[in-house]
Amino acid sequence: MTPSRDELAWMYRNMVLSRRLEETISKIYFEGKTPVFNMANGPIPGEMHLSNGQEPVAVGVCAHLTAEDIVTATHRPHHQAIAKGVDLDAMVAEIFGKATGLSGGRGGHMHLFDPKVNFACSGIIAQGLGPAVGAALSRKLRGLPGVAVAFLGDGAANQGAFHEAMNLAAVWKLPFVCVIEDNSWGISVPKSASTAVARNDVRAAAYGIPGHYVAGNDPLAIYEVAGEAIARARAGAGPTLIECETYRLAGHFMGDAEGYRPKGEKEALFAADPIPKMRARLLAEFGFSEDELVAAEGAAADRVAAAIRFARDSADPRPEDALTAVFA
Amino acid sequence: MTGTIVKSNERKLTIARSMAEALAQEMRIDPTVFVMGEDIGTLGGVYGNTRGLIEEFGPERVRDTPISETGFIGAAVGAAQDGMRPVVELMFVDFFGVCFDAIYNLMAKNIYFSGGHLKVPMVLMTSTGGGYSDGGQHSQCLYGTFAHLPGMKVVAPSNAYDAKGLMTAALRDDSPVVYMYHKGLQGMGWLGTEPGATVHVPEDSYTVEIGKAKVVREGRDVTIVSLGIGVHHALKAADTLAQQNVSAEVVDLRSLVPLDRDTIRASVAKTGRLIVVDEDYHSFGVSAEVIASVVEHDLSVLKAAPVRVAYPDVPIPYARVMEQFCLPSPAKIVAAWAQMAA
Repeated sequence: MTPSRDELAWMYRNMVLSRRLEETISKIYFEGKTPVFNMANGPIPGEMHLSNGQEPVAVGVCAHLTAEDIVTATHRPHHQAIAKGVDLDAMVAEIFGKATGLSGGRGGHMHLFDPKVNFACSGIIAQGLGPAVGAALSRKLRGLPGVAVAFLGDGAANQGAFHEAMNLAAVWKLPFVCVIEDNSWGISVPKSASTAVARNDVRAAAYGIPGHYVAGNDPLAIYEVAGEAIARARAGAGPTLIECETYRLAGHFMGDAEGYRPKGEKEALFAADPIPKMRARLLAEFGFSEDELVAAEGAAADRVAAAIRFARDSADPRPEDALTAVFA
Repeated sequence: MTGTIVKSNERKLTIARSMAEALAQEMRIDPTVFVMGEDIGTLGGVYGNTRGLIEEFGPERVRDTPISETGFIGAAVGAAQDGMRPVVELMFVDFFGVCFDAIYNLMAKNIYFSGGHLKVPMVLMTSTGGGYSDGGQHSQCLYGTFAHLPGMKVVAPSNAYDAKGLMTAALRDDSPVVYMYHKGLQGMGWLGTEPGATVHVPEDSYTVEIGKAKVVREGRDVTIVSLGIGVHHALKAADTLAQQNVSAEVVDLRSLVPLDRDTIRASVAKTGRLIVVDEDYHSFGVSAEVIASVVEHDLSVLKAAPVRVAYPDVPIPYARVMEQFCLPSPAKIVAAWAQMAA
């Protein structure tokens, strides 16, 4: 399964959009936080978990999804939200805690919900799986189309919720795909010290379902494997477990000193940055022109700038609105 | 006790039967309602509250789950957000420890996190209460634990009429509802059963509004506020007190969230005295909340300090004499009056 030219352009555009957004956020994040770093200060307060480096997983999977499909994401959700088509203005405004944000400032960057494109998050490790499995059950019970994808980190595969949800999806043969982003770190603890198996795809055997490992942080390889899994789910053949090797170019959160990284790791990760690699392949193998890519990159930068402007220009929520929307 | 005069030929149901009837009636008219939980299918629920459903609606809509509370309660959240109206059963409320994230971080918060754009219409049924020597992990009430956390409505019926109406209301609510039923009221003979819970239940579907308490016995001298099985203790205590020429009013909370503070305040404004009966732990719980509702509103109505008859702050013991020593009872309520009147 090879992506079409349009799909390749879409994948590249969204990778660049996500990266550009996070680069911009990471600059704005430190406004008001220097010289003394206090997470509560500045236009973007609180924890900030960047996904840069992990864009290939989001686009390789979401290229196969439409708005009616369901995605649940994690505390590190920006790339997946963008690839799923979450409204960028409202998403960035939410990150800024503005009244125009997805939830009017109630959720924040770990709690991005856009029901129009069936996107939801949980900031608790592995707890996006249950809701994704339930959404898949909902579609199966009603005979409605749609596949649910839960994204999680490799650390989440050691949570009990992972086991429960995988077993449930498998025993009920639901249209569900579990996608593990293996960035090899759970904050400061390496996967080798936390996980009894080198690759989580082998855990699929415990549920009697197919498991795949995709090496290389390669959007095209992820596209291919995810495409098969999603087609399988759509056909009613049940769930698949996919683990994708990827890299977290930033720390766990902004302000993370990353002292746990071995010497030279960051340099190697940046040398393997998937965006320049994809760019080179589009030029060399897929007949894209330099002008096309420059135009796509410019469009992404403009889109991010517009979203940031929208967020900055938006009003703060009325404080008393904190007391609303507790119940439907 | 529902305020209706029960004729001898009128149909009486147990709480278990009335819960199952509400579920069946709603499943007939709303195809998005389905039930998930451990042993709720073929067995009909350990406490009988799903009996007959699988025969009528089949195993797709009456779905036995693996022993995976985190998995299937989390799944119910996702199904609810996707347009279904799932009902899940947590067999014993004590088991919330293995699945509370799905309950309080997902179920209770996703409406808020969506800014009100999402509905999470689901019902979490769970059994509460002890008194039958099931030990400290199968006998708790934990009303306060659930009611404390925002984003979930919480109901706790004391009789079959309210049980049916509250269930129907819960099934039609667009927000999550925790439905806490007391094992000692279910009408399952093997658990020992409070006969007062089995009352006349109309066959037609009806709702009991969530968030409305009810004065189930009127009186002048003291207000006894309770919920679930405690209401029956309170009514028995009121009978005893009446023989002492003390007129006790009994308020059945029926819902904890929203809490009907107005009904509590109106009753205490009339009687001037308040006893709260709660089988949940004494401290930081429902009993304190009920008292606070009164005293922070108008301290002047009180003629005496309020008294709590609640479970002492200890894990629930196994030995029958120990457990019975700890549980609220009509005699303890009468003693609370004596303390208050002294």
